[in-house]
Amino acid sequence: MASPTEQFQIKPLSGPLFHVSESPIHFTNSAAFMVAAVGIVMVFLLLTSSQRSMVPGRLQSLGEMLYEFVANTVRQSAGKDGMVFLPFVFSLFSFILMANVLGLLPYAFTVTSQIVVTGALSLLVIGVVIVYGFAKHGVGFLKLFVPSGVPGWLLPLLVAVEVVSFLSRPISLAVRLFANMLAGHIALKIFAGFVTILLAQGFLAILSPLPLIFTVALTALEVLVAVLQAYVFAVLTSIYLHDALHPGH
Amino acid sequence: MAEPVTTGAEAAHGGGAFPPFQSETFASQLFWLAVTFALLYWFLAKVALPRIGGIIALRHDKIQGDLREAIAAKKEAEAAGLAYEAALSDAKSRSQAIAAETHQRLKAETDAKRRELDAALAEKLAAAEKVISETKSAALTHVEGIATDTADAILQRVLGNKPPQEQVSAAVKTALKG
Repeated sequence: MASPTEQFQIKPLSGPLFHVSESPIHFTNSAAFMVAAVGIVMVFLLLTSSQRSMVPGRLQSLGEMLYEFVANTVRQSAGKDGMVFLPFVFSLFSFILMANVLGLLPYAFTVTSQIVVTGALSLLVIGVVIVYGFAKHGVGFLKLFVPSGVPGWLLPLLVAVEVVSFLSRPISLAVRLFANMLAGHIALKIFAGFVTILLAQGFLAILSPLPLIFTVALTALEVLVAVLQAYVFAVLTSIYLHDALHPGH
Repeated sequence: MAEPVTTGAEAAHGGGAFPPFQSETFASQLFWLAVTFALLYWFLAKVALPRIGGIIALRHDKIQGDLREAIAAKKEAEAAGLAYEAALSDAKSRSQAIAAETHQRLKAETDAKRRELDAALAEKLAAAEKVISETKSAALTHVEGIATDTADAILQRVLGNKPPQEQVSAAVKTALKG
């Protein structure tokens, strides 16, 4: 049986295309699934919005439901003026959702099980928050770290707490998605591996349906986790963007 | 095809062996993430979301417009209903007035005719009564004559001779008065 972590191995599908500061850039299995995820999202949205009928058909309703869902998430968490970030949040949500769901297919690679990918996405979110916050409010953005209505002697402590909590946001955002995908796929692999191990153990083979049933149940759970983690990422992004829009609490 | 550092389960605890922590793969992943994510963002921001958002906004506007139109039409219908009610009650009161007037007129005509008839009848009645009373008084004067004649005849049979006319009629007169 292969190692449970083998499924996370990055495999180049091409030779080095070019080098970025000594690091070779390959087209890898990860890149293939990124392209597939983005391609599916693009084709899906093109198909659903091609009719543009006043009374939507089934496919158009599906696309509009997705749009309304993300738009409502942004509107509720980031506020009405947060709608300028709808394309950004929509990109994050659809990219992570598609990457997560594609990763559940047998033999597929899960793009979001790589800490460097989730880390880059979360740093992008925090980067957008910081850049937009300073661009819009200037130094006033720092009010984010100063809670109002607090006695002066308590202020240094609270500012320190706020700064730490702000700095921990990208870490928690990245690790949450990474760990969920990683742990789910490892658990699936291990339970599926039990089936083959038990089948090779003579009379113990009669026990092999048990881990199989568990694998099926776990797969259902992983579908839920895949969708939920994409949603959580989008909601948290919207909440952080709300801070960039309205730094004063 | 250059293979990266391949790992087995026994190497999982070795430095950088766990696949997600193999730093030599980071550059490729980050590059393709940047390319695909930028493409997705561009596509969503410039093509897909304006299209979907546009049709949703258009539908929203259309529904709002239709609703406004429907409300206006409803108000119009209500106004027309009120006008109809007013016209109906007006016509009703007018017809009632006409009926009352006609009733009054017919009653007056009938009353006049009745009075005329009453007067004519009363006249005839009075004439008839007069005739009756004349006839009666005439009959009464005849009764005196008859009574005198009868008494005269009875006395002549009883007495055998003709009694004096004056005494008989005086006696009959007193008897008739008594």
